Amino acid sequence: MPSANSVKLSCESLWKVYGNTPEQYFTGEIGSFNVEEKFQQLTENGSIIACGDVKLDIPTGSIFIIMGLSGSGKSTVLRCLSRLVEPSFGKVELDGLDLLNQSPKDMIEIRRHKMGMVFQNFGLLPHLNVLENVAFPLKAQGISKNERLARANEMIDLVGLEGRENSYPHQLSGGQQQRVGIARSLAAEPEVWFLDEPFSALDPLIRTQMQDEFLRLQKQLNKTIVFVTHDFHEALRLADTICIMKDGQVVQIGTPGEIVLAPADDYVKKFTSEVPLWKIIEAQSIMEPPDGKDMDRPSVKPDTLLEEVMRLFDGKTEEVQIVNESGECHGVLTPVSIIRALYRDEKKVG
Amino acid sequence: MLAEKNILPILWGGVLVFSALVMTLGSDLKWLFEFPESLHVPIAEFLDWIMFGFVDLFKWLFRFISRVLEWPMRGVQGFLEWLPWLTFASLATFIAWQGGGRRTGILTLVLLLYIVIVGYWYEGINTLTLVIICIPLAVLLGFALGVWGHKSPKANAAIQTMLDFMQTIPAFAYLIPILLLFGFGPVVGLIASVIFATPPMVRNTILGLNRVPPEVRESGTMSGCTPRQRFWWVEVPTAFPQMLIGVNQTTMAALGMVIIAAIIGGFEDIGWEVLGRLRKAQFGQSILAGMVIVCLAIILDRITLSYAKRQLPTESHTGLRIKQFIVGFIGISVISYILAMFIEPLRVWPKALEFYPADAMNTLVFNIIANFGDFLETSKNQMQYFVLLPVKLGFTRSIFPITWGFALTPTIIGIYWFIVFMGAAIALYFRHWKIAVAIPLIAGVLYFGITGVSWVVYLAVLPLFAFSLGGSRVTLFVTGSLIFLMVSGIWVPALVSIYLCFVAVAICIILGGLMGIWASTSERVSAIIRPINDTLQTLPQFVLLIPAVMFFRVGDFTALLAIIAYAIVPMIRYTEQGLRTVSPTAIEAGITSGCTPAQIFWQIKLKLALPQILVGINQTTLFGLNMLVIAALVGTTGLGQQIYLALSKVDAGGGIVAGLGMALIAMSADRMMRAYISRTSK
Repeated sequence: MPSANSVKLSCESLWKVYGNTPEQYFTGEIGSFNVEEKFQQLTENGSIIACGDVKLDIPTGSIFIIMGLSGSGKSTVLRCLSRLVEPSFGKVELDGLDLLNQSPKDMIEIRRHKMGMVFQNFGLLPHLNVLENVAFPLKAQGISKNERLARANEMIDLVGLEGRENSYPHQLSGGQQQRVGIARSLAAEPEVWFLDEPFSALDPLIRTQMQDEFLRLQKQLNKTIVFVTHDFHEALRLADTICIMKDGQVVQIGTPGEIVLAPADDYVKKFTSEVPLWKIIEAQSIMEPPDGKDMDRPSVKPDTLLEEVMRLFDGKTEEVQIVNESGECHGVLTPVSIIRALYRDEKKVG
Repeated sequence: MLAEKNILPILWGGVLVFSALVMTLGSDLKWLFEFPESLHVPIAEFLDWIMFGFVDLFKWLFRFISRVLEWPMRGVQGFLEWLPWLTFASLATFIAWQGGGRRTGILTLVLLLYIVIVGYWYEGINTLTLVIICIPLAVLLGFALGVWGHKSPKANAAIQTMLDFMQTIPAFAYLIPILLLFGFGPVVGLIASVIFATPPMVRNTILGLNRVPPEVRESGTMSGCTPRQRFWWVEVPTAFPQMLIGVNQTTMAALGMVIIAAIIGGFEDIGWEVLGRLRKAQFGQSILAGMVIVCLAIILDRITLSYAKRQLPTESHTGLRIKQFIVGFIGISVISYILAMFIEPLRVWPKALEFYPADAMNTLVFNIIANFGDFLETSKNQMQYFVLLPVKLGFTRSIFPITWGFALTPTIIGIYWFIVFMGAAIALYFRHWKIAVAIPLIAGVLYFGITGVSWVVYLAVLPLFAFSLGGSRVTLFVTGSLIFLMVSGIWVPALVSIYLCFVAVAICIILGGLMGIWASTSERVSAIIRPINDTLQTLPQFVLLIPAVMFFRVGDFTALLAIIAYAIVPMIRYTEQGLRTVSPTAIEAGITSGCTPAQIFWQIKLKLALPQILVGINQTTLFGLNMLVIAALVGTTGLGQQIYLALSKVDAGGGIVAGLGMALIAMSADRMMRAYISRTSK
């Protein structure tokens, strides 16, 4: 089992440009221009830069979320990572393997065994029933009918669709259809799981429910996940790491707490302004140094959310201490420090 | 934009003045009114020369194909003739039931029984033979071309142009080269049908494949499909419902063409029967035979459509599973065959039991004509004197005391033009320059007649009209088409065709538009009109000629009726659909803004429905031109007649030139209209 910090999937100076002969901008003299110059040149020549100079490292077994508004290039990046879209320039590596140098045939093998993808509008095959849809990737691999249907049945159980095996996509609700999409993407037991706005087409209530199920599944399966969304709250809720994109470029990469506490620029700050900070900020990120006092006070773990910490302040409690697994006191939190963090002391947060 | 706005009225003013000068001062110059022979280019002769060269070189190959195709044709024909009618009818009913449930099944059975009882089983089977062989060929060819067009944008451009020609060149015209290449006989009808029936399959295949959602395609890729797996397992099944619509349209086109191709003769099919009876003025017989065509059309349409509809999510009828279906199929074959072996009338319907009331019907028709002859004659004459002749020959050559009750004296002419100029002046005063141009233009056409206007005027007015509607590319196409019509020596018949089609389309627009409006306001009217429209559109065009000829004999008026019957359908449909699909929000907005019902109709509904209605007008025009050629069978003059004559003389060059002329007229009209539609719907 690879360590939690090892990189599963990565890309570097990834560009996707639509327009007249973008290749010239990556070779020869112009190829040596820096990023801003390239952006300017390409825009002037009428090309459209879907994404430019994107560098991502996606750690094994974590949920990596690419967040951005429509047109920010997030879907393009996702499709470049799976080579659904051929990048104009750059490097994509999966387990150290250069994906862009793989032959179409090898790429098919990689998709069959290592990748699964969920689509915003489900992408189900209208002529197949639920069972056949889920078994479809296995059919493409040439697995025998009995075996693939058995596996598909397991997947259907996993996403909680027992009893709907023989329904056709048009007979299912949106949430159910997406469960089929999820089951299908997992049928071939991929290592990397791509999700392209999987819950955006669903009603808000169903969306929350599906997010919970998604977290439950991930706890069970521990995949490496690249998840695209335009919903900042969804990103905060699900992500281990968030990458915020704007106009084809990466603006900031960080944990939800980092992004909320230290937005890279005004653009990111705008997203964070309406966020319930107490649900995101962990105790350890705003604690004050331990004062050495040994008094009777409640203790919490470093990654406890402020929401939980705040509940502990009753009439008698004035301080909460943060204690690590071995019982050492790391720091303390007072109501004042929490208020300051939630109020966003500009000087401190910067 | 500003420059264009100023230039157009000036150009139009110039063209009007120029036209007026030509028509008045040049009225003595013969060359202005007859396109000079010295400018003719021997296109027909050139085509003949190429055609004969080609035929000499490749005749053996095509005759060989013809021979090869003759085998399956004779085979299917022989098999279907050997098959007891009971077996055929019960299997067809079973297939219909599997596709569309009880109603489709019963309908199929009843219609087949009609064919049996009336005694046209043999002829009907012969027609079906051609259709049955044509369908797989056209479907496969169409699928292959469609896939090619979908995969390669370059091929797509070429295919689209080819389809335009395949569908606008009248079928009669390409019967001629096919005759030359393949020799006489039913194979010609088959080949022509395949050519004519392939385009809808191509179009629907391309449409279906292009409409596969990108996510579905991507999900195929991400499921690890190879390109081939993705095509056959993902793209084709997703596009399948659309392709089945293509199969339906292809089937109907094949039937229509098989019927038309019957004029070559030699296969004893039902089209030949109708034509022969019609020529002998045996109306009862031709109606009974025509009804067989109607039955075949409805059966083929309903069955293919039911299989297409079954693919839709909303359809509840699923039929039997494939294994059960095969078992049922075999079971029914065996049982019905055994039954037919023991009971002779179930194998071949005996002559004695035929119900063939042709003579009674003839008597009935004669009685109707005897009783209502005066009325029919009067209405025909009124139409001739007051509409057809003025448009064709102009007031100058059609107003006489016997017909109109007065002569065209200089005073009346003076008053006429005075009113025209006053109208134009008033329009100009209110700054409607387009109306100010239109009034003298229309008045001029009515005064001199479509055939009485100088070709020079056409060459000035039509390109400018095209330019006003659609810009330079359309103008180029229209000008080129005009020049082709003139130099190839078919200008006069072309004008006659345009005149007849113009009148028919104008009537269709008015009548059809009103009916569409009516149908859009009343569910009951809509429910009555819809099946009539469906039937009119499924019928092979040929059939529509029968009643028209029956009551009005041959001539322009008869052709006009037949054209209207066929071409009015899209006008009604699109008008109703356009008005019905106006968004309720827009109407509510109108109501809350205090619009009267009249205002809501004129300013909201009609405005928003206009793009759809324009599409309807475009379709009506194309349908009209299409029917015009068929109507040549009942003696219209014009391009249709030229093609028809060329066919009887196997004159390839003349036929192709006339056919191309027809296609160019249709395509010019289509392009101008489409340019205008795309502009108004922006």
